Amino acid sequence: MPTDILSPQLSYGPIAPLLIVFGTALVGVLVEAFVPARRRRLAQIVVAIVGLLAAFVAVVLLAGTHELVFADAIAVDGMTLFLQGTLAVLGIAAILLISERSLDASGGAVVSRAAVLPGSREDVALAEATDVQTEIYPLALFSLGGMMLFPASNNLLLMFIALEVLSLPLYLMAGLARRRRLLSQEAAMKYFLLGAFSSAFFLYGVALLYGYAGSVDLGEVAAATGLAQSNEALLLAGIALLAVGLLFKVGAVPFQAWTPDVYQGSPTPVTALMAACTKIAAFGGLLRVFYVGFGSVEWDWEPMMWAVAILTMVVGALLAVTQTDVKRMLAYSAVAHTGFILVGVIALSPAGLAGTMFYLLAYGFTTLAAFAVVTLVRDSSGEATHLAQWAGLGRKSPLVAGTFAFFLFALAGIPLTSGFMAKFAVFTAAVDSGATGLVVVGVVTSAVTAFFYARVVVLMFFSEPAPDGPTVSVPSGFTAGAIALGLAVTVVLGVLPQPVLDLAEQASRLVS
Amino acid sequence: MTDLPWLTILGVVPLVGAAVLMALPRRQELLAKQVALLTSLVVLVLTIVMCAAFVPAGDRFQFVQAYDWIPAFGVQYAVGVDGIALVLIALIAVLVPVVVLASWHDADAVHVEQLPVRGTTSAPVATATAGSGASSVRVGGGTAVLDPPVATPPPPPADPPRRGSVRSFFALLLVLETMMIGVFAATDVFLFYVFFEAMLIPMYFIIGSYGGPRRSYAAVKFLLYSLFGGLLMLAAVIGLYVVSAGQGEGTFAFEQLVGLEMSTGVEIALFSGFFIAFAIKAPLFPFHTWLPDAGAEAPVGGAVLLVGILDKVGTFGFLRYCLPLFPEASRILGPYVIVLCVIGILYGALLAMGQRDLKRLISYTSISHFGFIALGVFAFTSQSQTGAVLYMVNHGLSTGALFLVVGFLIARGRSRLTEDYSGVANVAPVLGGTFLVAGLSALALPGLSTFVSEFLVLLGTYSRYPVAAVLAAIGVILAALYILLMYQRTMQGPLRLPAGIGDRIPDLRLREVLAVAPLLALMVFLGFYPKPLTDVITPAVDATMLDAGFTDPAPTQGNGAPAAAPTR
Repeated sequence: MPTDILSPQLSYGPIAPLLIVFGTALVGVLVEAFVPARRRRLAQIVVAIVGLLAAFVAVVLLAGTHELVFADAIAVDGMTLFLQGTLAVLGIAAILLISERSLDASGGAVVSRAAVLPGSREDVALAEATDVQTEIYPLALFSLGGMMLFPASNNLLLMFIALEVLSLPLYLMAGLARRRRLLSQEAAMKYFLLGAFSSAFFLYGVALLYGYAGSVDLGEVAAATGLAQSNEALLLAGIALLAVGLLFKVGAVPFQAWTPDVYQGSPTPVTALMAACTKIAAFGGLLRVFYVGFGSVEWDWEPMMWAVAILTMVVGALLAVTQTDVKRMLAYSAVAHTGFILVGVIALSPAGLAGTMFYLLAYGFTTLAAFAVVTLVRDSSGEATHLAQWAGLGRKSPLVAGTFAFFLFALAGIPLTSGFMAKFAVFTAAVDSGATGLVVVGVVTSAVTAFFYARVVVLMFFSEPAPDGPTVSVPSGFTAGAIALGLAVTVVLGVLPQPVLDLAEQASRLVS
Repeated sequence: MTDLPWLTILGVVPLVGAAVLMALPRRQELLAKQVALLTSLVVLVLTIVMCAAFVPAGDRFQFVQAYDWIPAFGVQYAVGVDGIALVLIALIAVLVPVVVLASWHDADAVHVEQLPVRGTTSAPVATATAGSGASSVRVGGGTAVLDPPVATPPPPPADPPRRGSVRSFFALLLVLETMMIGVFAATDVFLFYVFFEAMLIPMYFIIGSYGGPRRSYAAVKFLLYSLFGGLLMLAAVIGLYVVSAGQGEGTFAFEQLVGLEMSTGVEIALFSGFFIAFAIKAPLFPFHTWLPDAGAEAPVGGAVLLVGILDKVGTFGFLRYCLPLFPEASRILGPYVIVLCVIGILYGALLAMGQRDLKRLISYTSISHFGFIALGVFAFTSQSQTGAVLYMVNHGLSTGALFLVVGFLIARGRSRLTEDYSGVANVAPVLGGTFLVAGLSALALPGLSTFVSEFLVLLGTYSRYPVAAVLAAIGVILAALYILLMYQRTMQGPLRLPAGIGDRIPDLRLREVLAVAPLLALMVFLGFYPKPLTDVITPAVDATMLDAGFTDPAPTQGNGAPAAAPTR
């Protein structure tokens, strides 16, 4: 029978976290439609948080699963579950940040109608309007669902779909800032255009790999790389184009150009979501593709990844030094950290995988909380993100400035913070795999990154406050909770990292 | 009694003190100071008891504790002290209360000691003055009013720049004490590294928040230099771990890492990582450029701890880690290090002579002295190394005292420039006298403890590197020059004080005498009777020599007269 299509064996249990998050997002859409406007915000917050908690519980219950489901399209293994669990918790923290309403006098950081022409009279009125924008909750959930699917995809076509599902809501959310609308819309536009380009590269890469292996299944691709008669050129071009798409998402040089603009223009809670969660998801995909798909042809891609990693560390660190805006500085610091994480990816060993996952978790919580602190420092026109405005903050609000300084030291990798343990984990794995050169570049650029982190600390603690400087707003429980969570994780992983290291080590098995 | 976790207790007590300080209300400045002093004295007493329990002829490492900390990396919380670490911890325990006492007013509404500006004044804020006047709880059952406010010309500028609070200054000092004790007590390389880096943060804030006019520049320079070195060391630490993992279980335990087999190339690479970190810390020429800035801009108490203790981590690291872990590399690179040391000795001394700023001057003298210490370490004789360890202790005492006395002078004159002072000893004889004794110890006058160590270093070095020893001896002459010139210019001759100070300055007060006297007394005592120290140090040095595979007398010695036979 020519049309005999085998229907795949479907088992829904292992993908329960995905189903829950996507289901919750759909419930969110229904809430938009049916719940009265006054109660909508509360309903959305409850739905989103309950959904993510449920997803987290599902991940915990699934622990130890190690199988391919849905015709080998979805891999549910240690890495998938580790990253999904991390994403669920970080997602809750991000939802908390988005829900904050007591910082901006008129309401949250999100504008109620994003399509209004920036600068028009209507737009000016919007900045002070107290309308609430609640569509962002289902958007965030769809995006988180895509992020959870991305590292689980064992099939390049499914991975492309996950990429789009995670990206499209983010493009929208980037344009939702209440203040500085033009910047925000520019960020959304740039992110969309460049993102679309990178998606096209990714898709082209998938097509070439299909030509090479006759399948978009990562297992089949891996099997094909073992055969001699295949067309080497298709494979190399496929790897390169696929890598462009993935490296764009992680924000590696030379595909980092969008990072500072998008990080700066987006509403800060959304920036926090992107910085923490998108990076985790994108690295999950990168790990899956390179460890499962191209693990046996490492000699073909390692030189390229070495170059990318070195460039990313050096360019990220050097450009961060010149920044004068705290969000842009954190964006370039994110680029530098992408480089450090790539060092773990290149190790191509279980230790490298475990170290990378540990790094992603540690970095996610620290950076999310750091952006959360940024939302607190405000003047009359919204967040005061220019670094000069942060002068003397330590004098005025020692607690907030001290917390931020701690996050900066964690990002700089000072011992007794999670950042140090994370760096140690990936660097050790890399040296163990013979990538000593990368590690030397890594430690030297770490010293450079310490320079600009220390400069912010100098500004906050050792400079006189500006007379008309910003004030530190007292957040409600939402933001405070997110910051406290980030602080706790940063401290605990810095002092007693063993349980999470164990978890990452057990999770460093990929099904193929 | 040796079953008690002494080192952990020593580390925790200052932390608890710091926590108590931060829990105090911001206004309770006097109470904060008293808590800090009390805490540091408790640590001192505990340290004395611990030293008494140390058995010099016993195991190499004593008061040992080891618990798994991060098994995933083979990291242990492992502490223990040999004689070298013990005497340095004792030095910490002595210096911290001294610094607390000497810095009593340093964090009060702070005066800005701008360099040429001699008019900026400040008196301790009213609350602090009233507080200290009313206090009768002091060390040694002191008198009711130990510490009347400095009689400087009246009113301070309308709004003196407020830096950090008093309690956080003393809390930072105590946290720093924990880190310093930890760094010497660690016997796990990872743990050592953690303290080595974490130690920077409190010092960074002490310099940056409470220092002189260029404090933030100096703080950042200090942090970045140290961090850069530390990160290179991190790479070497990781390398060491990977090498050990290649030969079985990956570990950071010092005693298991000694004697690890590796190729000479790897050894040299790892040695360099450690060496550069320590050379920046110590600092050796040409890695020294951060020290004059940091030493000059740090508050006096911070400078004492910075030069007295923090920098010793570098020389301690040479002896504890570089030599035993990488004996082959040490043997190959040792002669080059000796060259750096000799350059440092002479260069530091020459620059010290040319300084106008008193605190910079002392910083440069330290660079010269660190050259001596490193010379002793890398001369690979038991005499020179014993001398080097003694030198570490004595340098802490003598430079500490010198910094304190100069700090007292600067607090009175509001100027750090030598040419602003003349004949001060006429009006402040006690200040002049302590200045002289501290200075004489810095130039290693026989009879003071520094002489013993300098002599041992030179003697031990001569048996292996005669030329280096002869050149280094020139440094001794230069030391006499820079110290005596400084003393002569500032203390003798007709009285001249910085403009705006008037024609009188008060002599040392009881608090200040109490702060500096223990240091002077120790220097005199150890100058005549160094045996308590050498008894403890010698076995540890011998063990280090054994680890590193060096023997006395020098194997490279020619047929000439054998060097003064080291009999230990």
